[in-house]
Formats: sequence, structure tokens, C-alpha cells
Amino acid sequence: MLAWTIYISFLGAGAMLLLPNRAAKTGVRCLALFTATAGFGIALSAFLRHRTGEFFTVTDIDWIPALGIHYHLAADGISLSLVLLTGIVAVAGVLFSWDIDDRTNQFFAFYLLLIGAVYGVFLSYDLFLLFVFYEIVIIPKYFLIANWGSTRREYGAMKLAIYSFVGSAMVLVGLIAAFVAAGSQSMSLDYLAGSHFTAAFQLVAFPVVFIGFAILAGLWPFHTWAPTGHVAAPTAASMLLAGVVMKLGAYGCLRVAMTLFPLGLQPWSHHVLGFASWREVFAVLAVVGIIYGALVALVQRDFKFVIGYSSVSHMGFILLGLMTINLIGVSGAIIQMISHGLIAGLLFAVVGRMVYARTHTRELNALGPMNLSRLLPFAAVTFILAGMAGMGLPGFSGFVAELMIVLGAWGAFPALALCVGFGILIGIVYVWRAMQKAFFAEPDREAPPPHSLQPISLPEKLAAFLLIASSVAVGLYPQMVLNIIQPALNSPLFAGLRHGGWQ
Amino acid sequence: MIDYRELLSLAIPQIILVVTALLLMAVDFVALRRASTATRFTTASVLGSLGCALAITQIAITHGQANLFDGVLMGAPFVRIVQIAILTLTIATLLLAVGSSFTRHVAEYVLLVLLATAGMLFLVATHDLLVIFISIELLSLSLYILSAFNKQSRFSWEAALKYFLFGGMSAAFLLYGLSILYGLSNSTSLPEIATAIHVVSPLLIISIVSVTVGLGFKVAAAPFHFWAPDVYQAAPIPSAAFIASGSKVASFIVFFQLATIGLAGTQGTANLGHFVRGWVPVIAIVATVSMLLGNLVAIRQRSVRRLLAYSAVAHAGYMLLALVAHNQQSLASLVYYVITYSVATIGAFAVLGVMEVQTGSDFLPELAGISRREPVLSFCLCLFLLSLAGIPPLAGFFGKFYLFVAVLQSTPGSMPLLWLVILAISTSAVSLYYYLRVLKNIYVTLPRAAAPGDGGYSGQLAIPESGERAVAVVDLDSPRAPHSGLGLTRLVAVILAGIVVLLGFFPSLIVNPLLNALAN
Repeated sequence: MLAWTIYISFLGAGAMLLLPNRAAKTGVRCLALFTATAGFGIALSAFLRHRTGEFFTVTDIDWIPALGIHYHLAADGISLSLVLLTGIVAVAGVLFSWDIDDRTNQFFAFYLLLIGAVYGVFLSYDLFLLFVFYEIVIIPKYFLIANWGSTRREYGAMKLAIYSFVGSAMVLVGLIAAFVAAGSQSMSLDYLAGSHFTAAFQLVAFPVVFIGFAILAGLWPFHTWAPTGHVAAPTAASMLLAGVVMKLGAYGCLRVAMTLFPLGLQPWSHHVLGFASWREVFAVLAVVGIIYGALVALVQRDFKFVIGYSSVSHMGFILLGLMTINLIGVSGAIIQMISHGLIAGLLFAVVGRMVYARTHTRELNALGPMNLSRLLPFAAVTFILAGMAGMGLPGFSGFVAELMIVLGAWGAFPALALCVGFGILIGIVYVWRAMQKAFFAEPDREAPPPHSLQPISLPEKLAAFLLIASSVAVGLYPQMVLNIIQPALNSPLFAGLRHGGWQ
Repeated sequence: MIDYRELLSLAIPQIILVVTALLLMAVDFVALRRASTATRFTTASVLGSLGCALAITQIAITHGQANLFDGVLMGAPFVRIVQIAILTLTIATLLLAVGSSFTRHVAEYVLLVLLATAGMLFLVATHDLLVIFISIELLSLSLYILSAFNKQSRFSWEAALKYFLFGGMSAAFLLYGLSILYGLSNSTSLPEIATAIHVVSPLLIISIVSVTVGLGFKVAAAPFHFWAPDVYQAAPIPSAAFIASGSKVASFIVFFQLATIGLAGTQGTANLGHFVRGWVPVIAIVATVSMLLGNLVAIRQRSVRRLLAYSAVAHAGYMLLALVAHNQQSLASLVYYVITYSVATIGAFAVLGVMEVQTGSDFLPELAGISRREPVLSFCLCLFLLSLAGIPPLAGFFGKFYLFVAVLQSTPGSMPLLWLVILAISTSAVSLYYYLRVLKNIYVTLPRAAAPGDGGYSGQLAIPESGERAVAVVDLDSPRAPHSGLGLTRLVAVILAGIVVLLGFFPSLIVNPLLNALAN
């Protein structure tokens, strides 16, 4: 049944393409909403039913016997949580794109194609299949941004596509090498994870595959596609990009790079530039990303760039959590994936849909005099809530995630944990600054009274409510996801990781 | 004792082609003297396709192994698969010619296509130097003339002349190299040459390099590719598609067989930092140059046809990796790759053919926004180009994946050929950029003449999300020039796009029969 999240999205995309360009826009939107909701419903029911967190197979068909490749879909606690996240963000994204008027059917076709491929990546057990879905993501992303985007959309779209493709090229090199080194029998995750590559091989393959995925996760210094891409993208695409596509990268880091090559995290025989292992290298890069992203967000004039860089900062938490390689840190990273998916989606929606689509400007200095807190109170409240969740205030998902990651980092890299504290502090400042400048600046008394703005529509309110409620739910009762994530992390698949330095 | 009966039975497909060619010539000259060029083209193309279809049926019902005169003519399951592929590609190219009117010499045109196809069928079915050379010449001479057929275009002549001059030179190189092989081994049969030559002598190196020049020209590998951009750009669409597809299949197969069977003992290695003399390092260097040059130069092209030419150079580089790996797996991957590559290329040319009729050129700015006028064809072109770029789940992706796996598998252990795979994958990451540029022009960029008030456009529509651009809605029913065969060309493009998708989803459809055939 879970496989139908993929199929129904692809079917929806196909149906959109078959519709004539002149089809009634409302019908198209409702169809998209129905498709996304159906996917969400399937994901939710699977999430509620499978409470053990262990891997269970959804579909397993012989696909390319010559290479031992199977069409094998399976899910464990980690992928289930992320599939559910995808469902939530997909529904919210459709609701926030209710105003797309130009070639609506094509927009939703690309949108649903993207969603289907994302479901596919999270559910793939065979790594060939995972890679196939992973690459399918690139093309709709490109067209969504290039066709429906705003500021420098063609540049942003091309940059994003090239970065993604370079990343996936690195992943492909690593996967092919691993496949051949393991005897070319099968590309299934457990087979490759259990085939004990030599330490020398893993030390080379790990960084290649890890960086390949981490490019998509916004690892500093390969993050530069993220702010430009997010800013150029239409609202729903930014939500998907920040909400789930960047998670694909992080998921790949954990599911592929770290699972297949656990020895790659082991200390080297000698120190290079003061680093003793890839683990330290990537942990430091992640922390640099946290602080750098926050500092850059602090000085942006464009509202959307603030959110774009905050994404880089938040993604740094995820990568740091993965690099702690202890149960609490890695679980925190996964919770942060979910949390950031919800919150970043919400922030982009406020900026792109609620504010920009109405005011046609994202300059913080221009927004201030408009007195938006009065004109768009709902947008202001939503932004405050999302900002609080992003800062990591208790009660929201961000708090749990960041707390767990910092605790994990404290055990693994105490010095870095202190730097992260500093990063969290700047995080509060930039959210505060953006909020102040955009919504609560001193109204300009001399300027003509602002023309009235279209009120926030029902779809927007529904979507905002959905995202906030999910974030609060995870924040108040994290056990809901932890209960299935931790058994998954304790499963035999991660045995290599546990035996090599799980603390 | 020469067994003419067996010779005849092995050559029946080729005979069918030649008879069809003569027959359609007669029909064209006798029955259709007063008909329009378009009708004549339609009749001739359909007749030619029927001949090819008949040949395919004949091949399909043949079974078993045959070997005539020590490999002068062979019949084997593998050969038959390749022959069927070549004939199918020929049918696709012939159908592209339906309804066109670039020449009045219709029968000659189709005749040459069929003769070239017969040459290809011989080429893949032989293990004998002499037959290889004669078939290549039959193929090449036909192709030179085919690329010159558009007499109204000076560029077509110029390209054909270039092609012919370079081709003549490369044929000389090939003949020189083959004659040295004969001199070293005293035989023209590939297996006997292999048993006779064991040492990599300087003379053998000269021979290897000469043969590589000759066949490198055929497959458009750098640095022997100079003809390709001109021919791809100026030749009539069916000729260009034919040169880019079927002839590539045949040339790669014969290149592989010549190297792996004829020079079995002298391959050497191209392992990183440890090159051993032989033909493998030569091919590896040519492959490296092709991948780099093809992909990097393609970035700068503004004409889509020239872009396809340089991407063909790049793809030749990838495919040559199969020779570097030289085992059965890599042969299977080569055949899969070259077939899917050819399908995508013919498809791209088919789409370009229609678009050129409508816009008058294949330059990127001219194609701006054409997706609004031609949604279906644009989508097909999208599939073809993404397949060439290697995006799953299209056929081109599995082709690359399988090929690279085969290359790494050829030297298990420390994977000394990994550098070639890394180079290939990273250059193919570059290639996405220029393919996406074409798609950007088609899907994203607005039509150039979108100025308000232009007669062809009916109005403008502001988009709320971006607020900073306007989209012109193009009048849907204003094709520039009537062209009677475009409907069929469209159909061919759609079918080829379907094949690209189908083979991407189910690569086993080709891979399994190939592996079974090779296992025999």
C-alpha cells in the first residue's frame, strides 16, 4: 500500500499533463490537492500502523536480472517519518500554490513528479532504484524554478541543477565502485552494507558519496546553490526544496554513505591539518555552515534570502547530528530533518506566498513601512510562530531536535558543541531582526497610506495550521517519532556504524 | 568446395535490401514520373521500409550458428540481434524522409540508404579484414553522397566534400593499418591474426594507430571528428539521422570485434599510472580526448545540430570505454548503449526536422518558446535529450550505468580503470548543462518575436507569482510552411520516445537476449 504514495503522485502528474492547457484551474488545483492528500493519507496510515520501526518490505520484484537489480521498496522508522513529512509538506505546498495561474496543469505536473520521486527515494531499498528516484528529482526542480520562479530564476535553476547533478555524479561513482567491489551480485542495501569493504576502500568511497549527497543537503562550502535556488523558486518549490529535497541529501548521507562505509568514519593513521578523520572534517564543516549561514542571514536585505541562509544553518545541525555517531545525536538529526522540513516550508510560505505575492517586494526596508503586522496579522503571527520554532523554543519541534543534537555533539565534540550554542544565539537574532524589520517596523507616517492587501485566503490558513500543528505535535510529544526512529537505528543495518564508534 | 547455398542463405537479408532498392528505383522511374516529389519520397520510403521489414523477418526466423570461409560471413544470434537493430534504425530514418522534398533524385536517395544498410549488415557479420574494408567503403561512399543530396544548400555540398576528403584519408589509414596486420600475420581472418601476433612490435603499433584513425573517423571520436559538426548541421535530416545512428552501431561493433578478436593477445593496459603498450591505451587516450573535447565544445554551440554532433563525439568517447574493458559484459553494454543512443539521436533529428520547417533554423534562439506551439514534440525532444544526458529512468541512464559497471568489472580488485569511469561520469555531469540549455530555450525562454502587436501572437498574460515578466500566448494554428510528411515524422518521434522510455524501464528487453546470444 505504501508504494502507492509514489504511484499516485506519478499518476497525478500524468493526468495533469494530459489535461488541456485551458482546463478549469480550480479543477486542476483540486486534483493536485486530492493527489497530495491521498499520498499523505497513505503515508499517515502506514506511519500509524508500523510502530516497530523495523524494516518491512513493500514491494520486491526482479527488475534487471543481469545485474541483480530489484525493484525493492521497503521502509523503516526513519523512512516512514520522512515519508510522512513529505506528505505533509506536499499538501501544504499545493495549498500555498493555489494562486498559480500560468500553465497551472504543468506546474502541478512537475510538482507531483517531484513529490513522487521524493517518496521513491525514501522508500527505495535497492540503491540503484534509490539513485533513479534521486536523479528524477533534478529535472522537475529545474523546470519549476525556471518557469515559475522570480529573481534570477534561470540562473538559480541552472545552478541548482548543475550542483545536484555533480553531487549525484559523485554518488554514482561511489555506488558503481561499491557494487563492483561487492561482487556485482546485488545492489540491495543490506547486501552492500554487509559486504565488508576494505578499510582503504571505505576511506576513499565514504567522503565521495557523503559529499555527493551532502551537496544537496547544503553542506558548507557546497551550499551556494541553496540560497539562490530557494530565492528564485516559486513558493511551493522553495517549500519542497528546503522541506524535503535537502532532506534527500541528508537521508542519503545517513542511509547510503554512512551505512555502506562505516569504516570511512574511523580515524586516519595520521593527522592532516589537525583533522584525524572524515568525521571531524565534516563535523567542523557542519558547524561552519551553522554559524556562517546564521551570520549571513543576519545581514540580508531580501526577506527570502534570510530564510534561504537560515536553511543552510539548520541543515548544518542535521549534518553535525549525523557526525556525532551516537544514538541521541543521530536521532536528533532525524528529528531536525522533520522539524526543519515543517518550519522551513512555513517560513518560505510566509515570505513567498503571504507577503511577496501581495506586496511584490521582499526588501526588508521596503516591507517595514507597510505596517504589515496591521495589514496581514495572520502572516505576522505565523511568522512569529515559525520563527520561534526555528529558534528552538520549547514546545516546538526545533527545540527537541537541537537539544538532542547539542547533547550528542557534547559527547562527541565538546568544543564544537560550544560553537553550536553560539550559532543558536545568532539564530535567535536573525529571526528577531527579520521579524522586526518586516512586520513591526515603525510605520512611515509621511508615506501615503498603504493600499489594502488581499486578505490571507483559506487555503493558506489551512496549510499554515497543518504545518504549525505538526511542528507542535513533534515538539510536545517527540516520542511519537523517536519510538520508531530509535529501533530503526538499532537495527542490524547500522551494525557497522554501531561497532565502529557508536558511543 | 564453395558452398554457394549457404552463402546465399546467409546473405538473404542483404539480397532482399538490394532487390528492394532496384525495385523501388524501377517503380519510381516508370510509374511515378509525373508525380510530385513528396509522393515519390513517400512511395520510395515506404517500399524501402517494407524491404527492411522483410529482411528483419528473414533474420528473425533464422536460427543457429554458421561460419562461411573462416569467418568471411557469419551467422550467430548476436550478429542477428545487431542486424535487426540496424534494420530497425534504417526504417526509422527512411520514415523521416516521407514527404520531404529536398531533392528530385528520390529513388537514388533511398537506394543509397539501402545499399549503405546492406554494407552495415555485412560489416557486423564478418571476421575478415577484406570484407570489413569493402563493407566500410560501401557504407562510407553511400554516406558521402547521402550527405550531399540537398543541392539547393551550399552548406550541404561543403559538408559532403569535407566528409568525403576526410573519409578518403581515413580509409587510406585504415587500409594501411589492415595491410600491416595482414603482413604481420599472413592472414585476413581475425582469429588467425590473433594467433599469429603475440608481440607488440613497432610495426603493430603503427598498424593499431592507423586502424584507430580509420575507425575513429567512422565513429566520430576526437580528434578525428572534424567532419561531424558540418555534416550534422548541413546534411538533409534523414541523412544526418542515418549517419548518426545506424552507421555508428555498425562501426562500433566492427571496431570492437577487430580489436578484441583480431588483436586478442596484444591489448596492453590503460591502468592509471601503469600503461602497457598495446591497443587498449591507444583507445583509452582517444576516449579521454573525445569525452573532454566533445562535452566542453558542445557547451559553446548555438546550433542544436552542431550541439548533437559534439555530443556525439562525447558519446563516442563513452562507448570506446567498452573497448577498453573488452569483455563480454562490456560488449553487451556497448550494444545496449549504441542502440539506445541511436534511437534518441534519430528522435532528436526527427523533432528538429519538424521544428526547422516551422522556424526555419535550428539555432537555439529560434527555438525559443516552441513548446507552446509543439507541446508533444517538445516533450519528445525533452525525453531524447535527457536520455542522452543520462537521466533515469530513460534508456540513456541504464546505458551509462551498465557500461561503467562493465568497465569496472573488467579489472576487479583495485579497479585500475576507475579513473576512466570517474572522468566519464564527471564529463557527463557537464553534458547536462548543454542539454538543459536546449530545453531551457524550448520551455522557458519566451518566443523572440513576442513584442506586443506582433501579428502571430494573440495576447499577453501577466503572471502574479513573478510579477516581472509577461508571457505571450502564441497563436496555435499558424504553421509557416506546409509539409506533407510532418504527421508521420511526428508519429516516428513519439514512437521513438516511447522506445526510449520503455528501454529505460525494462533494459532487460535488450540485455537479456544479448547476454543469451553472447553466452552461446
